[in-house]
Amino acid sequence: MKAPPPLRGLRGRLLVAFLLVACVATLTTGALTFREARTGVLQQSQDSVIAQFRDHASTLAADLDYPPNQHGLAAFARQVARSEPSNNWRVLATYGGLSAASAPGDRFEELTPALRKAVASGGSTVFQRVTTNGSPALVVGLPITFGTAQHPTSEPSGVGVFLTVPQTTEQAYVEALVPAVERATVPALVLAVLLALLAARGVLRPVRELRRATRSIAEGHLDTRLAVNGSDELADLSHTFNETAAALEESVAELRRMEARARRFASDVSHELRTPLAAMSAVTDVLDEDAARLDPDTATAVRLISEETVKLARLVEDLMEISRFDAGAAGLHLEEVDLADSIRRTLASRAWLGTVETHLPEPDAVRGRLDTRRLDVVVANLVGNALRHGAPPVRLRMYAWDPDDTVRRAVVEVADSGPGIPESVLPHVFDRFYKSDTARTRTEGSGLGLAITAENVHLHGGTVTAANGPRGGAVFTVELPLWPDPDEPPPAPQEKSRP
Amino acid sequence: MPRVLLIEDDRAVRDGIQLGLRRQGHDVAAAGTGEEGLAQLESFRPDAVVLDLMLPGMPGLEVCRRIRGADNQVPIIMATARGDDVDIVVGLEAGADDYVVKPVQARVLEARIRAVLRRVGGTPGEGGPPKTETHGELTIDRAALIVTREGAPVALAPSELRLLLTVSASPGQVFSRHQLLEAVWEHSYHGDSRLVDACVKRLRTKLGEPPGQPRYIQTVRGFGYRFTSR
Repeated sequence: MKAPPPLRGLRGRLLVAFLLVACVATLTTGALTFREARTGVLQQSQDSVIAQFRDHASTLAADLDYPPNQHGLAAFARQVARSEPSNNWRVLATYGGLSAASAPGDRFEELTPALRKAVASGGSTVFQRVTTNGSPALVVGLPITFGTAQHPTSEPSGVGVFLTVPQTTEQAYVEALVPAVERATVPALVLAVLLALLAARGVLRPVRELRRATRSIAEGHLDTRLAVNGSDELADLSHTFNETAAALEESVAELRRMEARARRFASDVSHELRTPLAAMSAVTDVLDEDAARLDPDTATAVRLISEETVKLARLVEDLMEISRFDAGAAGLHLEEVDLADSIRRTLASRAWLGTVETHLPEPDAVRGRLDTRRLDVVVANLVGNALRHGAPPVRLRMYAWDPDDTVRRAVVEVADSGPGIPESVLPHVFDRFYKSDTARTRTEGSGLGLAITAENVHLHGGTVTAANGPRGGAVFTVELPLWPDPDEPPPAPQEKSRP
Repeated sequence: MPRVLLIEDDRAVRDGIQLGLRRQGHDVAAAGTGEEGLAQLESFRPDAVVLDLMLPGMPGLEVCRRIRGADNQVPIIMATARGDDVDIVVGLEAGADDYVVKPVQARVLEARIRAVLRRVGGTPGEGGPPKTETHGELTIDRAALIVTREGAPVALAPSELRLLLTVSASPGQVFSRHQLLEAVWEHSYHGDSRLVDACVKRLRTKLGEPPGQPRYIQTVRGFGYRFTSR
């Protein structure tokens, strides 16, 4: 199992989500705050400026001669500008084609024609925020009307006053909000990252635990359990996992118990059969000898009993052998042997030297530490099987090869020239009592021969395989590790692996 | 007619083997317990003993030890179930000459009995004039089948004697376990080579070999045994 790519994992996704939420939240809050504050500040300063301007202008307009000349306009503009000394007011007064600024030479570039026109047409006070050369300013236009205090807006006089006030203070005040928002955003993001990591850890730890536990179960440690903390969904999941694991462990234990019982039963049955068989086996020779002197029916019955007793004894013997493998009680008696010699003697003792075509190496070319009795069983079973189920000629080949990574191995190959083994049967040839044809015809063997062969090979740390040769016929191949020195570790003691 | 004492607790097995062996021409006495068997050993004076290892009361191993303890070198064949591996080794070290695995056909058991009896009676190879050899402190009389160590006779069971005669016939030659198994026990090549190891162990003890440094029968690692007379 490999770790997910950085941003696809739970941690990455949580991190991104938290960061996004924090960003959006702080930026939105900042933007809204900024806008409200800006509007509020500018509105307030603008309102007070307009109010003051209108008051001063109206008051001073009363002293203005009408119709005003250039000089009067200039004096009026200066008076209005001075009436608010704290502010840096610049005032422009106009009347028809005349215009005069409070400061000589001031061309009032901020004043737009639209504003000028709005004032000229009379009506109400107009204002505009403008930015000239980077500095913001408020431009207010006011038409002067004739009238008394009781009727202020009776009639336009044609005189207009314009005011320009720099708004740098207000601008600075508003702009100070930006770094404040920025300063608030950074800790918020850091906090979001920390929270995301914390939340991810809280979620990921149980998930990681769960993954480790699942893997442990898969490796066969069925007693793996999780510590359940808290009562959230993950704790619930851990709890469920524990229940599942417990149920699994119980089922497996029950299966093992049943299997052990079945194996013990087979072993016990074989043991119990042995004593009566020992008595019967002892007298089969007597039956065989005397059968010739009996009447034909009795003779047939007696020979039958004798033959079947011998077969039964062999079957029980094989069953007990299998039981010992199952119980892990089968031991290896390793001795240094010449494999070619050993195999030749196996064939000779069963009078097979003439029927089996052998390809064996020179004497002493292949030597190794093996259990000779078990090697005899392996070779005899494979050759016997080939002779019984295959067709002649049966070929036996033995050679050694040196794999790069492990100890030298001896390969024993037994091939027959029969029809071979059907594909569907191949995986089962080493099964106990497996009969390839469903009629379950009884053959000479006990049905355990190949199973015992496989167990003997595995006990040596070797392998055995069944296949079909390129020209038909079954080929059984045994590979046995050749341990040269008694001081070297013997083949791994094969604790019977239970499926 | 060879006389065989059969010690076996199961009545049917006892009767069966007794019948089978009698038909092969043996004079058979049967005992159901170890104690009874030891008693018959005196009165019946058998040429060979067939001993079941699983006996009620006195166990077979104990019977074996008592027979050898009384300095009786009668050949003993154990009858055992295969797989009781520890019993076989312990039985062989207690002095048994051979063993058979039950269930056994009378013919097979009879062949084993004949083989051990040949070990007692037959001379290995040449007969003729008495032939005495001396190997260090050992004197081996191949005709009279007497072994003495520093002049004192050494009581050897048939397998031990036959083994010593076989290896001492060719000093210096290495015998594999399987060769000895065929020569001394008349077993097949793939028989149980622990018979040889147990017998060598007993023989070394009887010849007074110092533990770990045998003078006469040396182990050739990976191959077998060799007799030297240094």
